Amino acid sequence: MMEEVNEVTSTLSVDIQSIKVTEVVKDGHTLTFLIESEKLSGTGVYHVDRTYDDFEWLQQHLFSQEEVSGIQGVIFPPLPVKAQVNASAKVIKQLGILGLGEWQAYCKAMETFVRQIAAHSILGKNNAVEIFLTSSDPPGRHRVRKNIFNRLSQAMEGMRKEGHKDVDEFFQTERDHNLVFTGCAKTAAERFLDVVQTEQKIAVACGHFSTALRLCVEQGEDPDELDFTKVCVKLSEVFESIQKNVTSVAENNVSTLGLGLDLESRYQEAEKEMLYRRTCKLVELETTRRNAEKAKPVKKAAMEEVKKAAETEFDHISGVAKEEIARFQAARVKMLQQALVQWCEKQLLTAKESADQFNQHLQAFRGMA
Amino acid sequence: MAASSDRIPPPLLPAKEEPGAATPDMADGDSDEGEDIFFNNSVPVAVSRGVSQPDNVNEQTPDLFGEEEAGSTTAISNGVHSDDDNDLFAASSFTTSPAALQPTSLEQMEEDEAEDSFDVDVAVTNPEKVGDGMGAYVAYKVSTRTSLAMFRNKTFSVRRRFSDFLGLYEKLSVKQSLHGFIIPPPPEKSVVGMTKVKVGMDDPSSVEFVERRRGALERYLQRVVSHPSLLQDPDVREFLEREELPRAVSTQALSGAGFLKMINKASDAVNKMTIKMNESDTWFEDKFQEMENEEQQLRKLQAVVDSLVNHRKELCGSTAVFAKSMAMLGNSEDNTALSRALSQLAEVEDKMEQLHQEQAASDFFIFAELLADYIRLMGAMRGCFDQRVRAWQRWQESQSTLQKKRESEAKLLWANKPDKLQQAKEEITEWESRVTQYERDFDRIGMTVRKEVLRFEKEKAKDFKSQIMKYLDAMLQSQQRIVTFWEAFLPEAKAIA
Repeated sequence: MMEEVNEVTSTLSVDIQSIKVTEVVKDGHTLTFLIESEKLSGTGVYHVDRTYDDFEWLQQHLFSQEEVSGIQGVIFPPLPVKAQVNASAKVIKQLGILGLGEWQAYCKAMETFVRQIAAHSILGKNNAVEIFLTSSDPPGRHRVRKNIFNRLSQAMEGMRKEGHKDVDEFFQTERDHNLVFTGCAKTAAERFLDVVQTEQKIAVACGHFSTALRLCVEQGEDPDELDFTKVCVKLSEVFESIQKNVTSVAENNVSTLGLGLDLESRYQEAEKEMLYRRTCKLVELETTRRNAEKAKPVKKAAMEEVKKAAETEFDHISGVAKEEIARFQAARVKMLQQALVQWCEKQLLTAKESADQFNQHLQAFRGMA
Repeated sequence: MAASSDRIPPPLLPAKEEPGAATPDMADGDSDEGEDIFFNNSVPVAVSRGVSQPDNVNEQTPDLFGEEEAGSTTAISNGVHSDDDNDLFAASSFTTSPAALQPTSLEQMEEDEAEDSFDVDVAVTNPEKVGDGMGAYVAYKVSTRTSLAMFRNKTFSVRRRFSDFLGLYEKLSVKQSLHGFIIPPPPEKSVVGMTKVKVGMDDPSSVEFVERRRGALERYLQRVVSHPSLLQDPDVREFLEREELPRAVSTQALSGAGFLKMINKASDAVNKMTIKMNESDTWFEDKFQEMENEEQQLRKLQAVVDSLVNHRKELCGSTAVFAKSMAMLGNSEDNTALSRALSQLAEVEDKMEQLHQEQAASDFFIFAELLADYIRLMGAMRGCFDQRVRAWQRWQESQSTLQKKRESEAKLLWANKPDKLQQAKEEITEWESRVTQYERDFDRIGMTVRKEVLRFEKEKAKDFKSQIMKYLDAMLQSQQRIVTFWEAFLPEAKAIA
């Protein structure tokens, strides 16, 4: 039985930093995520299992908070595209770097999503978050009412609104900048994925070489060939090392900068959507103003009411949006910094380890008769 | 033939050896000397720069024979280890007969570890395009440094073109293969490669092609001069010394995938011969089988290396493209520190791309070429074995001819024709000596082949070992450079506020 979402706001009873997606379990075609979080009271840990539908349920709940003023000005933490077992080529492409391997990167991205929502000053207060993290029943089986952010209808209303000139220079600049940046970030994430995939191919080829060398020497036990056999065996080990090195490099890439660029790209899209919502509100506002002006005296008062309501809402949205943008810009710089530092540190460590290994191999060869 | 079983190889006569003229290396059975020049190749770092920047080919240090120190990072020498041994090669007569080789027993052959040195270093450098259009060709500088008295000078160089190398091989093949030597095969002709070069030597694929060929020609020559018997061949000396060489014309046979095709055709011909060889010594059969297996394995390895090289090249491309996208990201970025860090990242990735390029070249020039060389060498080995079979067949045929002569002599005795009888007796004597000769040839070629195989296997192990060490060295340096890149970048990343 699903708990009713009674209260709009609540305080989260878990430590946000302890939220972890520990594992993903394949069950036929479905992926189930195991989420852990520590109770603030220090009395234990919550363990829940959630499918993608549950994550969507959470997102929809947050989207549909009409009662929160200015909610449309919130930059919603982006939920990754739905992952599937044996996903189609289209889905794999959409997933990008998150689609690699056995969903380790994907789990991390889902974890980040939950943490960002929990930590959000407005969104984190929604009871749905508490239910998502603590309820033993998966909440996502219930269909939520249609949210106000139905993207499809928005898209149909008009791309023409996207270019609508802003009344506020701050926002106009932000929109222009976001347009450029969204494209750059997406491209960078895609290019990085290419790099990682090629590295994986190299690792595979090194593995083949190593195996082929071992097969080479299993053939004969000719004493004349002893030297050559020794050489081949050692070379096989060398290529195993090279394979490990390249695999490490690729893994480091994915787990740090890869995730960072992916998140950056999706977050820029989320900001874009927020800015668009506000722009649409602006268009609506300008319409109500015109209507109020043109209104016949009979309707004038009513139109004025509508206009005032629109103005208030737009101001709220812009107010929230400004705060969100400031938060977002600071957060993304911090996030990218962390990603870059971690990336650099991991690659540095891998490079040093590999150098050591190669040196050892080299010494071993020198020592060979 | 039952007669061929249980035979102990007769001691070889040192008849053709002149007193005091015996070369130390030829006198003892183990001629695996010259290991230093046998397989010394350019350091891959230099090679790769030769790939990406054609100018460097000419910028190499004038000392083509500079010694490589173990672990040296900057040696660009194209040349070969020089040997410090001062054993001078005494004045000798040039005999193309391997009779001077005199192993007394197989065991001695294998145990012999005499450290004779070879005093011939060769290097192939400075490829230059000569002429224009379709008649153009590439001339290489062939430099020799030697202390052997059989050469006119101690150091000298000549210019040779590819067909000259092929011509040398042709001549050596004709003369030397009958003795059972492994004649090192030259690199193959390539119509596609050469056409590109004729059109223009500047684009990367032409540069790579020329560098690859230069390296292959150098290794080819190094193998020729490190072979004690081949070095004695006057054609080799002429090739190294003579100013102008007459154009080699009979190189048609070596076109296309020529060399191996040729060997395979010859093998097939031998197999089809009616008299099947009765192998008394299973060593040869076993070895042959082993060799065939190994050749297959090498081919498999070659395929994997090719795939590895391609992926590395791909990585260069994707790294470069990624670097550009990061540069763009950095440019759009408002936050100054982040913008700078992203631009730095783009630069780091550019440096990585350069490294990947060098890595790909290293993979290629070290391993791919090594494997290709050995696949060709194994083909040459098979050629030796075939020569031995032919020698056996010649011997058998001569025995059967002798038999026939004896039979006709017997018939003539009965028929009482004295003059014809005399002729018959003469022929019998002649064929008796032929039989002896061919038998001796067969034994000798058998010994030679065994020696060659042992020598080959020792050299192969050394060659591979040396190349692998070169590769590891390059990898090590690569990683060390990567460490410096990351160490330089880390403070930039941390400085983002």
